[in-house]
Amino acid sequence: MSVRVEVSGLERAAARTVPARFQVRFHGRGGQGVVTAAELLSVAAFIEGRFAQAFPTFGSERAGAPVAAFCRISDTEIRTRAPVAAPDALVVQDATLLHQVDLFSGFGPGGYLLINTEQSFDDLGLGELVAGFSRDHLATVAATRLAQEHLGRPVPNAALLGGLAALSAVVSLESVLTAIRERFSGRVAEGNAAAAAAAYRVVTDEQEEVAAHAASD
Amino acid sequence: MLRQIEGSKAVAAAVAACRPQVVCAYPITPQTHIVEAIGAMAKSGELTGCRFINVESEFAAMSVAIGASATGARAYTATASQGLLFMIEAVYNAAGLGLPVVMTLANRAIGAPINIWNDHSDAMAVRDSGWVQLFAESNQEATDLHVQAFRLAEELSLPVMVCMDGYVLTHCTERVDVPTQQQVDAFLPPYQPRQALDPADPVTIGAMVGPEAFTEVRYLAHAKQLQALARIRDVADEFGEAFGRRSGGLLRTYRAEDAEVVVVALGSILGTIKDAVDELRDRGARVGVVGITSFRPFPLDAVHEAIGVAPRVVVVERAFSIGFGGVLSTDVALAIADAKARVSTVVAGLGGRAVSEASLIAVVEDAIAGRLEALRFLDLDQRAVERELARMAGDRRSGPSAENLLRDTSTVASGSV
Amino acid sequence: MTTTQKVKFYQVGSFAVGNRLLEADQRTVQSDASRSNSLTSGHRACQGCGEALGARYVLDAAMRATAGKLVAVNATGCLEVFTTPYPETSWQLPWLHSLFGNAAAVATGVAAALEAQNRSDIRVIAQAGDGGTVDIGFGCLSGMFERNDDVLFVCYDNEAYMNTGVQRSGATPPAARTATTEAVGPDPGNLFGQGKDLPVLAMAHGICYVATATVADLHDLESKVERAMAFRGARYLHVLVPCPLGWGSAPADTIRVARLAQETGLFPVFEAEHGAVTAASAIRHRVPVEDYLRLQGRFGHLFDGSGAVARPDIVGRLQQLADRNIDRYHLLEGGAS
Repeated sequence: MSVRVEVSGLERAAARTVPARFQVRFHGRGGQGVVTAAELLSVAAFIEGRFAQAFPTFGSERAGAPVAAFCRISDTEIRTRAPVAAPDALVVQDATLLHQVDLFSGFGPGGYLLINTEQSFDDLGLGELVAGFSRDHLATVAATRLAQEHLGRPVPNAALLGGLAALSAVVSLESVLTAIRERFSGRVAEGNAAAAAAAYRVVTDEQEEVAAHAASD
Repeated sequence: MLRQIEGSKAVAAAVAACRPQVVCAYPITPQTHIVEAIGAMAKSGELTGCRFINVESEFAAMSVAIGASATGARAYTATASQGLLFMIEAVYNAAGLGLPVVMTLANRAIGAPINIWNDHSDAMAVRDSGWVQLFAESNQEATDLHVQAFRLAEELSLPVMVCMDGYVLTHCTERVDVPTQQQVDAFLPPYQPRQALDPADPVTIGAMVGPEAFTEVRYLAHAKQLQALARIRDVADEFGEAFGRRSGGLLRTYRAEDAEVVVVALGSILGTIKDAVDELRDRGARVGVVGITSFRPFPLDAVHEAIGVAPRVVVVERAFSIGFGGVLSTDVALAIADAKARVSTVVAGLGGRAVSEASLIAVVEDAIAGRLEALRFLDLDQRAVERELARMAGDRRSGPSAENLLRDTSTVASGSV
Repeated sequence: MTTTQKVKFYQVGSFAVGNRLLEADQRTVQSDASRSNSLTSGHRACQGCGEALGARYVLDAAMRATAGKLVAVNATGCLEVFTTPYPETSWQLPWLHSLFGNAAAVATGVAAALEAQNRSDIRVIAQAGDGGTVDIGFGCLSGMFERNDDVLFVCYDNEAYMNTGVQRSGATPPAARTATTEAVGPDPGNLFGQGKDLPVLAMAHGICYVATATVADLHDLESKVERAMAFRGARYLHVLVPCPLGWGSAPADTIRVARLAQETGLFPVFEAEHGAVTAASAIRHRVPVEDYLRLQGRFGHLFDGSGAVARPDIVGRLQQLADRNIDRYHLLEGGAS
């Protein structure tokens, strides 16, 4: 069963079909807000009336160490508590993990891949990997830079949520912004919200280009 | 009120709504978010009529709770693992004195080797203490069980611990219907102690009891726990009527009526098990689940009835008795001793190791095919173990085993799934 | 034929002989027939037990000071055991025994409950022996001090684990014989260690009131309990209570031995507030330590058959400890701080 989610974003209005169950895996390093990202995504889904579950991998936590967090979104009660083995979306908050840790375990060609980077997939050495992927399921966004710009701190998680909303439409940007404003307050809330909106715009633009190219092919 | 909330915080909100009068706690992973949240509520004035005390050890925490409860105040604390062991003398003391303290046990493995992640070894260490032990399957149930726990404890004059899987539940953000103050007030009346320290009516509490009466005192504790079997069911039913959802009780079954294999377990692993069972059912296997909520008192009759005539029972447990085998399995086997079922113990998830649907499906399929031995350690790295055994056999000074194994397995923490 | 008997008359206020020479308001609680008798007769303490005496003195004084609004928390030990022989109790106030090391924490819980119930007019006393205070109970005690919980903690110090058969505790004085520090070998009795001066440790926590006392001076002990109950917050009272069995002294000598402990300087009697000594009981007639030690079998190995000092080296070191206390608390100068 699928759910039609209206995406009334900033630049475009389009309807995307989101599966009844959707699993996201976030990868990053301690201190980058990976766990918060998963939690905020779950709150955004909750705001839209869906069930959601967010939890981190349980390993030694220290700043700089690889961290993964999971978010499951579903129309029905979520019972399992196993780590997400086959993610529908992969969010990579730190590109330096790409060739250090097996980020892509269980990730197939139908999934969405969002990477925090200023480089291209080819530059990152992922050209071969993503060759079999649908181009409208892939995106990069300079989330750290956007965060620095809008928030004053290089914490890319909020921006990446905006990007994920644009890429996968699993939640709307509005829900992401509401979740951010519930969790944070004052300048931090607005900075994060702005970063999320900016990233949403970047990915939306990128996707429109991809669609335009595809149409003209 | 429906909220997307971290398990610890939902529990804190529920406990606060129960109007505790004395909350005392010592921090230990993974319980910290619970007591921090309650502490903040007490400090800000959101939680009134409550003395929140930062104590110097877990032993002090349970001791403060004992003093408070004996004075007629509703007392609460929380701990895990090493902390539970540090307070174990006081844990037995509270039960022996018949004090209705409620405690959250954020299940965590006991060292050495030190491990901060989830398993049930801590709860198992105090299963004979006389405390009621209730295991939560989800954060909704963990939240609800605390409300039921105060009621149960105070009615029975027995301490109750609510076991919730550390990290897996405490640090998981999910949808919880957090009971409101009005709902809890309607369900949980003010504490009426059976005994209380009061200058107006002095009593002596905690005297020595010699051989002439000790057995009788202990028997009464046992009788109380047997009474608890009925009350646990009743309180859960009353909760269901008041709050409109099922939480607590002795046990719950899932697709077990016609099952050939019944999987039995405690706690949050039941969620993963149910997904695995659905998959197995889709593949044509007749598998069901018995999820036990009340571990102590152990519902022998209810377990017997729930398992029925199923020929194979697979007990998945997050603890084991070293040198022997399962802990929960032993209790389950006793419950169905007169049946012809074959019981296998599957030890899984020790020290926080993740348990996947795939592993569970494989182990149940082994059970169906008659390939499951009496005791199996799920996802055991057999080669690493054999290497260390060989090392120990070959060299007297083989070094600390834990460190050797870590070097052998050398996983990158938090990077692999 | 006349016989002469030496009788000493003491001045009122210091060496008073009998309460009938005192004004009513100067009389002790114990002299009052209507005292609470919180620890009433029928308990199973040994003949001459200093702790039974001390506890009776302390609790009756505390009950007077609080108009009977008192709850007692007791650690495991002699006092708990001999007062509650199943199925009897000799306590006539609300009384709770939990464990050995947690009296201070349990008392904290009682005080917290009373506060939460808006009944802080009811006061809390915790009591323990030396083992339950300086050793196994120290962590909880320090926590109680640090939080300034409203509890008066009373340590009845008989300088060893008596209830379990006279084993050495952190409060056992050097050279004393106990079952785990036998009077054998080149260093007979307890070793000379650092000691654990609980009153000073309590003072180091800066709590509002710390005092020491013995069962030899009833007026002094009662007035200290009364003073303690006038404060709110964590308070500590350390009472020397000789144990005839464990000390090997005559049951009739309990009060005498306690007085000698003070008059040698080995047990300084003083008061302190917020970490500073405010008063000390002067030594009226200074006594050499051997006069105190000689009365106790636990120091018997320091003497020969005729009562002469056989180990002047050890006795000398003990004398040094006494001298140090006398200096420190100015015990020969009228007891200034």
